[in-house]
Amino acid sequence: MILLGQIFFYISALLAVGGAGAVVLSKNPIRAAMGLLLLILSIAGLFASLHAQFLAAVQLIVYAGAIVVLFLFVIMLLGPSASTPADGRGAIVRTIGGGLFGLTGLLTIAAAVRASMGTPSGYPVGTVDGAYGGIDAFGAVLFSDAIIPFELSSALLMVAVVGAIGVARGRQGVGLTKNERESVASVPEPSMSPTPHSGLYSHESHGSHALVDAPAHGDYADHAATAGASKGHA
Amino acid sequence: MIPGEHYIALSAIIFVIGGVGFLVRRNVLVTLMSIEVMLNAANLALVAFNRSHLARGAGQIYAGQNHTGQVFTFFIIAAEAAEVAVGLAIVLSLYRLRRTVRSDEADLLKN
Repeated sequence: MILLGQIFFYISALLAVGGAGAVVLSKNPIRAAMGLLLLILSIAGLFASLHAQFLAAVQLIVYAGAIVVLFLFVIMLLGPSASTPADGRGAIVRTIGGGLFGLTGLLTIAAAVRASMGTPSGYPVGTVDGAYGGIDAFGAVLFSDAIIPFELSSALLMVAVVGAIGVARGRQGVGLTKNERESVASVPEPSMSPTPHSGLYSHESHGSHALVDAPAHGDYADHAATAGASKGHA
Repeated sequence: MIPGEHYIALSAIIFVIGGVGFLVRRNVLVTLMSIEVMLNAANLALVAFNRSHLARGAGQIYAGQNHTGQVFTFFIIAAEAAEVAVGLAIVLSLYRLRRTVRSDEADLLKN
């Protein structure tokens, strides 16, 4: 039984480290998201081995079910431009920074492990009640001692949802590039006129510049004028 | 049983990996994922420490075994969901403005 627990711990630990390494090392963001999923699953297994069953379930539902899926949505939405091609700009600085951080961290861990080797464990796992970490005990804590932060976290999630909508929606059309403006401007407006091409290919008739109300400066002047002209013509 | 130190060492290793990813990678999506990795490591450490500090009645009202680390982890998960939602919205907004997801090209506030 003890051996089984140890095997479970070491397999989960190996998978967790492998998942974290996949997040950091993989070039393709989808592979990074899959590495994150692996890390999350193995951390959920470790939670279960620490008698935190409710947290293991929450980890699976919130992380694997929501956060990784959200990442995948965004990666798929961005398409091939989600993976950035490598170039050497700032490579030395980044390597020095990351290397120093990694080296310091790993040396600290190694020193701590070496110092605690051979001594009796300072953090022995205690014996727990059967209900410990289950939804009964956890819910009792959550709705007695932790009720105020619990309610505040609902407010946090509400504000985050509103903020995410506000940030992701943006001002319609303001941030568009030249190509996008072009494609938007070249879409024919639904008109009831009998000649369907009158609005689309009317680049020659620039007679209605007064109708242009968009900020016409720089590259966008032509397209805005064309759009305005075609709109006026139709 | 596995002693708590093993969990803490594993959590430290995962945290270092996530921190290196945060510093080295320039893809904003991978940077956000590295933050997730670091927060997961912190969660693991909290739950592991909680498992070895089980004093009964440590809370104000609840009289059973101590759940403080687990409750902390629960709130970290909630905060992290909010962080990912807003962060990915910012990534989409950056992509719409700059057609890139590289963190070093996000210099709209420069100068």
